[in-house]
Amino acid sequence: MYSYSDFDEAFVRSRVAQFSQQVSRRIDGSLTEDEFKPLRLMNGLYLQLHAYMLRVAIPYGTLSSRQMHQLAHIARTWDKGYGHFTTRQNIQYNWPVLGDVPAILSALADVEMHAIQTSGNCVRNVTSDHFAGAAADEIEDPRPYAELLRQWSTDHPEFQFLPRKFKIAITGSPNDRAVTKAHDIGLRMLRNAKGEIGFEVMVGGGLGRTPMIGQVVRDFLPVADLLPYTEAVLSVYNRLGRRDNKYKARIKITVHETGLEEIRRLVEERFAEIRPDFHGHDQVLLDDIRAAFAPPAFRNAPTDAHDQFYAADPVYRAWCDTNLTRHRNSEYAIVTISLKAQGKTPGDATADQMDLMADLAARLGHDELRISHEQNVILPHVHKSDLPALHAALSAAGLGTANVGLISDIIACPGMDYCALATARSIPVAQDIALRFDELKLEHEIGPLKLKISGCINACGHHHVGHIGILGLDRAGVENYQITLGGDGTETAVIGERAGPGFAYDEIVPAIERLVQAYLSLRTEETETFLQTYRRLGLPPFKAALYPAEGAQDAK
Amino acid sequence: MSRKFTPKVVTANDLLVGDVVYLTATNEWTRDHAKAELIEDEAHAQLRLLEGAGQKNIIVGAYLADARLGENGPEPVHFREVFRTRGPSNYAMGKQVGELPGPRS
Ligand code: SF4
Repeated sequence: MYSYSDFDEAFVRSRVAQFSQQVSRRIDGSLTEDEFKPLRLMNGLYLQLHAYMLRVAIPYGTLSSRQMHQLAHIARTWDKGYGHFTTRQNIQYNWPVLGDVPAILSALADVEMHAIQTSGNCVRNVTSDHFAGAAADEIEDPRPYAELLRQWSTDHPEFQFLPRKFKIAITGSPNDRAVTKAHDIGLRMLRNAKGEIGFEVMVGGGLGRTPMIGQVVRDFLPVADLLPYTEAVLSVYNRLGRRDNKYKARIKITVHETGLEEIRRLVEERFAEIRPDFHGHDQVLLDDIRAAFAPPAFRNAPTDAHDQFYAADPVYRAWCDTNLTRHRNSEYAIVTISLKAQGKTPGDATADQMDLMADLAARLGHDELRISHEQNVILPHVHKSDLPALHAALSAAGLGTANVGLISDIIACPGMDYCALATARSIPVAQDIALRFDELKLEHEIGPLKLKISGCINACGHHHVGHIGILGLDRAGVENYQITLGGDGTETAVIGERAGPGFAYDEIVPAIERLVQAYLSLRTEETETFLQTYRRLGLPPFKAALYPAEGAQDAK
Repeated sequence: MSRKFTPKVVTANDLLVGDVVYLTATNEWTRDHAKAELIEDEAHAQLRLLEGAGQKNIIVGAYLADARLGENGPEPVHFREVFRTRGPSNYAMGKQVGELPGPRS
């Protein structure tokens, strides 16, 4: 794993010191809120519905066990004993008091972490494939590039005041698990005809108010051009982006209004200008970073223990079938630990659970953990012979749920239980849907289904790219839930279609149930997934299931 | 004809702790919605908002929220404000259990 250089360390420590003084000056009254607010936001501190919230960056979702232990320690010492992992691969603490934040930031700095650039109109945490460095289908580990981008974009003087926030996602696999097409810049690694590695560069993707799928601005970018090209994109956006209207300020609107061809021309022009200034120091740095991401020393041992348990224990088998992914070393597996136990809050982990996951990673997982944008925790490198012991330990702590990729593995943003911007709640809707399908004992029969819920149009819950998306709105002072169908966040990304009028809070779970029952009766065979069935038949039969009384009754 | 004025309370978050607070008739901040001043007149509401928001070293983000008179005092009208009087629905935390932000004691 990458370790801070002296420069990183000094930078983060000096920010903690600065912010500590700023907090003191706010508390003693010498800074007004107008003065303080931009400073606290620069350090990840928001004010939410019931309390402050601190958003901590987890660069490309990668954590060591030491860092995970520290996150647990923070949750226990300065918060209410839990944390919320987000779709941005970050962690949010929901209850810090203002005076404790400097101590929290200092504790984060002790493990090379911080909350810088988790807010504001700058380049945010670069996100990546949560299976990076382990996946069997990967061309190359994308994290060294993500780390290079992180170093370059952190405190970059030109890009601290962009027209709006800027999100970059990167994947090293043809199977896109990082939703790269819904980011301001999406980078997908590929090989050209000569076998060289480079990136397909997409710009202008994004969800939110105006959801758009990113468009390819460069089909092959050599690795050595990554920084100058990214800088060129940002520089063009910085100049053209709409600062006059917050709702039109993201690069997706710039691309839409300017046209892809023109954007491409401008970016290439700017790229040609700045490329000569990159003399290769970035590539030397990249080599050092690569060394830090060298794969662990994989063990060579028999995997019989796993095979025997798999044959004998149906609970273990179900967990393996849903929660394991093929590792590039055939003796190993990638383990997804579900933070979606039915009825629990998606993405939440208690301090004790964090400690346990950290211990297990240290003992059985080459000391690595990942946070997925789907709000689960990954142990990327577990030898198969250790899986039965791992499963037993997880199950004992409420972390053994076998539901990854199923209907109860729901993405849900904090919604109106925490978020000041929310128009409705999302967490209890997720809890109720998961409990309902668990009660029906249907979720394994339903198979792969991505259900995603956002509590407002900002779409942090990625509802547009859910096979089933739910958007919570405020309709005349009542919570109302709109359904979108057929969304897809992978390499075949599509924005879902709105199914029709929304549903009241107590109507949304039955509506989802009708929808899923319709799918079960419409699919040609058990292996036809919800998304495949939807693509084959389109909206009409699902709409009929959602609105059975259509015509007779005007759905509200 | 202008629409009838919906009564209001002045609400904000506590600067130090972050907890939801309401302005009382005696210019103090209470954590209890029912103890807030129910403001029945538009001009007075604007004035009280200015006075509340002026307490810049005690609270953050003051605004007017719709309210109505209930049995024990002012009650929130909109569901967002109802949630703010309680805390999150996924855990027994916050006002609903009489608890402030920060570590559990
Ligand atoms: S989608 Fe809306 S409600 Fe949900 S976390 Fe984002 S801003 Fe808040």
